[in-house]
Amino acid sequence: MSQAVMDGAAPAAPRKDKVETPFRRFVSEFAESKIALGGLIVFTIIALVAIFAPWLAPQNPYDLAQLDIMDGRMEPGTVGGAGFTYWLGTDDQGRDMLSGIMYGLRISLSVGAGSALIACMVGATLGLLAAYAGGRTDTVIMRLVDLQLSFPSILVALMILAFLGKGVMNVVIALVIVEWAYYARTVRGTALVERRREYIEAAQCLALPTHRILFRHLLPNCLPPLIVVATMQVARAIALEATLSFLGLGVPITEPSLGLLIANGYEYMLSGKYWISFYPGIALLVTIVSINLVGDQLRDVLNPRLKK
Amino acid sequence: MAVYLVRRLMQALLVVLAMSMIVFVGVYAIGDPVEILISPDADQLERERAIRALGLDLPLWQQYLVFLTNALQGDLGRSFVFNEPALKLILQRMPATLELAFGAMFLSILIGLPLGLYAGLRPNSPASKTIMAGSILGFSLPTFWVGLMLIMVFAVQLGWLPSTGRGETCSVLGFIGLQPCNAGLQWSWLTGDGLAHMVMPAVNLALFKISLVIRLTRAGVRETMLMDYVKFARAKGLSASRVTFVHVFKNILIPVVTVVGLELGSTIAFSVVTESVFAWPGMGKLIIDSINVLDRPVIVAYLMIIVLMFITINLVVDLTYSLLDPRVRLESKGT
Repeated sequence: MSQAVMDGAAPAAPRKDKVETPFRRFVSEFAESKIALGGLIVFTIIALVAIFAPWLAPQNPYDLAQLDIMDGRMEPGTVGGAGFTYWLGTDDQGRDMLSGIMYGLRISLSVGAGSALIACMVGATLGLLAAYAGGRTDTVIMRLVDLQLSFPSILVALMILAFLGKGVMNVVIALVIVEWAYYARTVRGTALVERRREYIEAAQCLALPTHRILFRHLLPNCLPPLIVVATMQVARAIALEATLSFLGLGVPITEPSLGLLIANGYEYMLSGKYWISFYPGIALLVTIVSINLVGDQLRDVLNPRLKK
Repeated sequence: MAVYLVRRLMQALLVVLAMSMIVFVGVYAIGDPVEILISPDADQLERERAIRALGLDLPLWQQYLVFLTNALQGDLGRSFVFNEPALKLILQRMPATLELAFGAMFLSILIGLPLGLYAGLRPNSPASKTIMAGSILGFSLPTFWVGLMLIMVFAVQLGWLPSTGRGETCSVLGFIGLQPCNAGLQWSWLTGDGLAHMVMPAVNLALFKISLVIRLTRAGVRETMLMDYVKFARAKGLSASRVTFVHVFKNILIPVVTVVGLELGSTIAFSVVTESVFAWPGMGKLIIDSINVLDRPVIVAYLMIIVLMFITINLVVDLTYSLLDPRVRLESKGT
């Protein structure tokens, strides 16, 4: 009896694999581009390194007891006084650059992803509202979006940080204010088309509350372009945070992101000690490029206009 | 047209007013100016007198009105650090920023156009693929880090170019002959030394725009090559170079130059980063220094000037478009 069941199940399993679900189709289409797949793998590794930095890093760069000032500004590959090798050199405090970069990634990624997430929630809500309510609400929200997008992002961020001062939270606030408009515009564009569909009409006939129609019916159908914009915006947010931190307006010195690590190396650059700025920059570059590659492919896969 | 013009002008004025309010409240209301302006040793009576003299006892809206009236007369306060009018400080630094921005725009066209043209004409050649990959890199590379790497390679390792500063400047458009050379507007690009100082910052600032121009030109060329008039020109038996440079190039030049012109504002804004990297004494460096020492009048003056600049650029762009494209005018009439 059990033999028969197993016999029956065995041929069924591979057939089930061939059923084309939207998710499988999406995965196989995404994997068509080897470069994008490579980008995804690289980004996953970077994210894992950032998450597990306390266990992976050879040294805790914030723990002053572990730092030896005598090991300051050592070249990559030198063996320090405590006996371990600084593969990427040390900064002026004798901090291992490899550990510094791993911890810096944590801050860069969490600020980038966190601000993108909050901006996405704010922007998507306002965009949905603008498209669904129309009329004056739409005009007011979109005027605000237009006004904001007419100023470059660095200027808006600069202005907000000039008001608020330094700090991780303030950088996140600045990034959210810079980014929400992109999400709002994207979501509104899609939602304007979707709200005329029959399922929205059906939901309205059922007298469902507005928030339910907005978030349970309209939002899921506006997701594809939102995902693309969100991916690209995470990369932009990371780059902008690094720039602001480099300018000395971003994160405080106690929580160095990649941008601040690069800034710290600036003064040593002129005396030929390149590694303090060079390696954090490479880490930043690889992160941004890998996210952009993934985003590029997502845009091609999720864009219905490009479908044959 | 006149109605549209007036309406658009009113809108711009409204935005300027709103932005001035945001900047004023943002800079002056957050944090206590009394703490900064008045010595902590001052006794209660002195403090009160000073507060009244500075107008800080008035309600916020009256303070704003005072600020606005002064601003309209060109008085944006005195810098705490330099003890000079903030507006004058910024205007003094403006030539440095402008020449950097224009240098970058010039470079982006000089380098971006030929590369984009090539990539558009031979989309499948390895060189074109390299160019396109390079343009993706140009979008992704953080500007400030590229600047540092430029300094490292060309100033520190090779020693070809000076690393920071503006070098020798020369005065033009000032009062040559009437006053000593340093009295007029200072320009770097007129002296050899100044030009050598300008190369790296300009390239750094141009990097993003070069990528943009490459992409625009390539897309334009690929679109234009499919047009009937290009096919016809070929059918007439014109040489390939004539088709490329007269029929294709001329037609893509207009949109590309338009976009590059529109990017002027954002180039000036992004020069904040480049100026900080190369210690270029322009407006951008001034604002970063002022934010770090909380020199509020300079912060306010910079923000107001740059906001005014952007609104003017946007206004000019909108008006030009409405001149070129009647649909814009008709739409505004409909609403």
